[in-house]
Amino acid sequence: MGIFKLYKNTFKNGIHPPENKDITQGLPIRQFPFSPILIIPMSQHIGSPAEIIVREGQEVERGQILAKASSYVSVPIHSPVSGTVRKISMVPTISGNKIEGIQLEAFPYSGQEVAEGKPIRLETATADEILKGIQDCGIVGLGGAAFPTHIKLKVPDGKTCEYLIINGIECEPYLTTDHRVMLEQAEDIFMGIRYLMKATGAIQTVIGIEANKQDAADHLNKLKPNDIPVTIQVVPVKYPQGSEKMLITAVLGKEVPSGGLPIDVNVVTVNVATTAEIGRLLPHGRGIQERVITIAGPAIKKPGNYLIPVGTPLRFVLDYVGIQDDIAEVYMGGPMMGVSVSNLDISITKGTSGILVFGNKDVKKEEKVYPCIKCGACVDACPISLNPSKLGILAKFESYDRMVENFNLMDCFECGSCSYVCPSHIPLVQYFRLSKARYKRRKSLKQNLNNA
Amino acid sequence: MRKITLHIATSPHVVKGASTETIMKNVIYALLPAAAFGVYAFGISALLVLLTTTISAVAIEHFLCKISKKESTVSDYSAAITGLLLGMCLPPDFPLWMAFMGSAISIGLGKFIFGGLGYNVFNPALVGRAFLQATFPVAITTWYQAFGPDRFYHISSSVLALPFMQPAVDGVSGATPLSAFKFDHVDTQTYDLAMGFINGSIGETGTVFLILGGIYLAWRKMLNWRIPVSIFITVFVFSGAAYLINNTAYPSPFFTLFSGGLMLGAIYMATDMVASPITSMGVWVYGAIIGILVVMIRLWGGLPEGVMYAILLANAISPHIDNLIRPRVYGTTNKLKLS
Repeated sequence: MGIFKLYKNTFKNGIHPPENKDITQGLPIRQFPFSPILIIPMSQHIGSPAEIIVREGQEVERGQILAKASSYVSVPIHSPVSGTVRKISMVPTISGNKIEGIQLEAFPYSGQEVAEGKPIRLETATADEILKGIQDCGIVGLGGAAFPTHIKLKVPDGKTCEYLIINGIECEPYLTTDHRVMLEQAEDIFMGIRYLMKATGAIQTVIGIEANKQDAADHLNKLKPNDIPVTIQVVPVKYPQGSEKMLITAVLGKEVPSGGLPIDVNVVTVNVATTAEIGRLLPHGRGIQERVITIAGPAIKKPGNYLIPVGTPLRFVLDYVGIQDDIAEVYMGGPMMGVSVSNLDISITKGTSGILVFGNKDVKKEEKVYPCIKCGACVDACPISLNPSKLGILAKFESYDRMVENFNLMDCFECGSCSYVCPSHIPLVQYFRLSKARYKRRKSLKQNLNNA
Repeated sequence: MRKITLHIATSPHVVKGASTETIMKNVIYALLPAAAFGVYAFGISALLVLLTTTISAVAIEHFLCKISKKESTVSDYSAAITGLLLGMCLPPDFPLWMAFMGSAISIGLGKFIFGGLGYNVFNPALVGRAFLQATFPVAITTWYQAFGPDRFYHISSSVLALPFMQPAVDGVSGATPLSAFKFDHVDTQTYDLAMGFINGSIGETGTVFLILGGIYLAWRKMLNWRIPVSIFITVFVFSGAAYLINNTAYPSPFFTLFSGGLMLGAIYMATDMVASPITSMGVWVYGAIIGILVVMIRLWGGLPEGVMYAILLANAISPHIDNLIRPRVYGTTNKLKLS
C-alpha cells in the first residue's frame, strides 16, 4: 500500500471533464406540476418487474400501491398521483423495449395528501424490519443504477459492516441533485443515516462529498447531530469518484476485491438522495412517488432542479421547461454514463437522476476514427488500471476470452473515461459493453452445448 | 406539435476534444524551429533535403494508399512527421535521390506494410535512416562545414548528384564532434554543442530548439516526458561512470548528452507513441534500455553514433515491455499474467 499514500483522499487515475454545474447548483428544488397522464413502467429497478395489483378503471390514491414486489429482488411501485388507472398495457422504455406498465389519468384537482402505510419506528424496529420497510417503500438507488436498496444493505452471514459511506460525490457533469438534496434535506439525511446504521450495524458513517460542493459539506457539518458517529469527508473533484469502488478507495484507502462487493471490505455505500428518501419515508411508511432531477444542458430554456413525479412523460417535462428549436440529443442521466433517448414518450423513472438536452452545435461531432496510436491516454485515465488500448484491439479481433482472462475486462464498470480521452475517437467503452455481453452469451451457449 | 428528430449516441456524450491529427500537427510545429536552425546553419542544401524527404514521404504514402485502394491517410500528418524526422537526421549535403529512397523505405517498409499509422513496430523514420546507413555509408557520414559563407546561395553539387551516382566531394568536409572524438580524440566544448556551433545532421545541432519543442509537447501532454528524461538520466549516469573510470578514453557525460542525435532521438524519435510502451512504468524501462545501448555503442562500437540502433532495438522489445510490466488492476493482487 506504499504507493497508495500518493493517492490518498482520492483514487488513482481518472479524468476532469468540464463540470458545468454552476448553472443549476444554486437553484433550489422546485415542485413539478402533475402531467394529465402518467405512464408507469413496472420495471424501474434492477431485478424482477413489480406485479400489478390494480385493474383498469380503478381509482387510486396518491401513495397507494399499484404493484407489489414480485420477488426478493424487486420493489413495489406506488401511485405518484390520485387518479384513475386508464389502461394496463405495454409502455415504451429508454432501452427501446416495451414492458408492462400502467397509464394513469390524474384527477384534475388532485391534492398533495399521500396515503400512508405502516410506519417503521426507529426506536423499536429490528434490522430486518427496517430492510423490509425499505423494500415496502419501493426504495432503489437514486444515483442512477436503481438497484433495490434493501438487498444492498443486507449484510450476509459471516460478514460485518464497519463503515457506512454516504455517497454525495455526484461526479457526473451537469448533475446537481445530490448537491441540492444535501443543502435542503439535511434532517432527512441524518434520519436516514440512523435507519441505515441500525439496519447494517455500521459503527461509523462517512459522508463523501467532492470539493466543488464545499457549501453542502459545511452545511451538513453545521447540522450534524451528536447522537450518531458521522464524519464528513471532502475529496478532490475527479471523475468517476461517485462509483462505489472509487469512493471507498477515496474515503478509506481500501480496495474492493475484483469481482467482490463493498461488504467484502466491511463497507456499505448508499447514495445521499436515497438516504434522505429513507429518512423521510420510513417514519410514515410512505412509498417513493417523486424524485429530484436536474434538468440542464445548453438547449434547455429553464434549467433547474425539479421534484418530478415518477411516471411523468418526458415530453411533458420538456414542454414545461422549454427547449430550443434545434435539439439533437436528449440523455437520461449524466453526460458520461447517461443513455440517449430515442423517444419522448418514455417517462421518468426512479433511476432518472438527470435530463440533459443538447442542441446540434453542442453534441460531440462525428469525428473520424483514427487507428490507436498507443498514446496511453486511456491507460492513464482508467480508474482501475486496465489497458483499454489493448482491450480495444482485442475487441476488434473478437478475442473476448483473452480480454476477460488476461486483461480483466469484467472489472470494467463502463465509466467511459477511456472514450472521453481517446484522441483517435475510438468508442472504447462501447466496445467493452458489447464484448462483455458477447462473452457472456458465448459462455452460456458453451454451457448449453456441454449440458446437452 | 412540432416534429423532433433525436439522434442516438452511445455514452460518453462529451469528449475531451483532443485528436490524433492535432497531436501530429503539434509535433511538426515543435520540430520546425530546430529544422529552421538546421537550414540557417547549413544553408539551402539542407532545405532541399528536408523538402525532399517530407514531400516524398507524403506523396509515397498517398500513392501506396491509392494503389491498395484505401482511403488516403496523409491528412493525419503522420507521414509528414516521418519525412521531416528522416530529413532532420541526414547530413545537410545528402544527395536528394538517396533522401528520396530513404523516404520510400521509411513509409513503405517502416510503416505501410505493417498496416499504416498505429501498427508500425519501429519508428518509420529510423527504418529509412538505417537503410540509408547500410546502403550509402560514405554519403551519410560525409559532413560539410556548418556556417559556410556561401551556404544560402550555393547548392552543394553532392545534393544534386544524379540518381544512382555517388556524389563528388566539392566542399570543405569537416568532422562531427562525435567522429572527431572517436577517431581523433578531439573534444568539443559543451557550450558549442548546446548552441549548435558544430557540424552534424540537419536537425540535430539545434539542441536548444529541440529541448524547447520537447517542453512544449510535454506541456501539451502530446509527448511522454518520461521517455527523454529516462534516457537522459541513464546516459548521464552510465557515461559519467565510464568517464570517472577513465577520463582520457571516454568523453564527459555532458559531451555524450549534448552531442550527436541524442536530443533529436530521445525527444522526438524514441517517443513515437506507437513504437514505445504504453504504461508509465514501461516507458522508464524503455528509456533506460535506450540510454544504456546508446552509451555502449558510442563507447565501444565501431560507429561514432548509436542513437538510431539503440532506439530501433528498444522499439523491437517495447511490446514485450508492455506484456511484462503492467499496472496492478484495481482490486487484484499483483500477479503476472502473460499472454
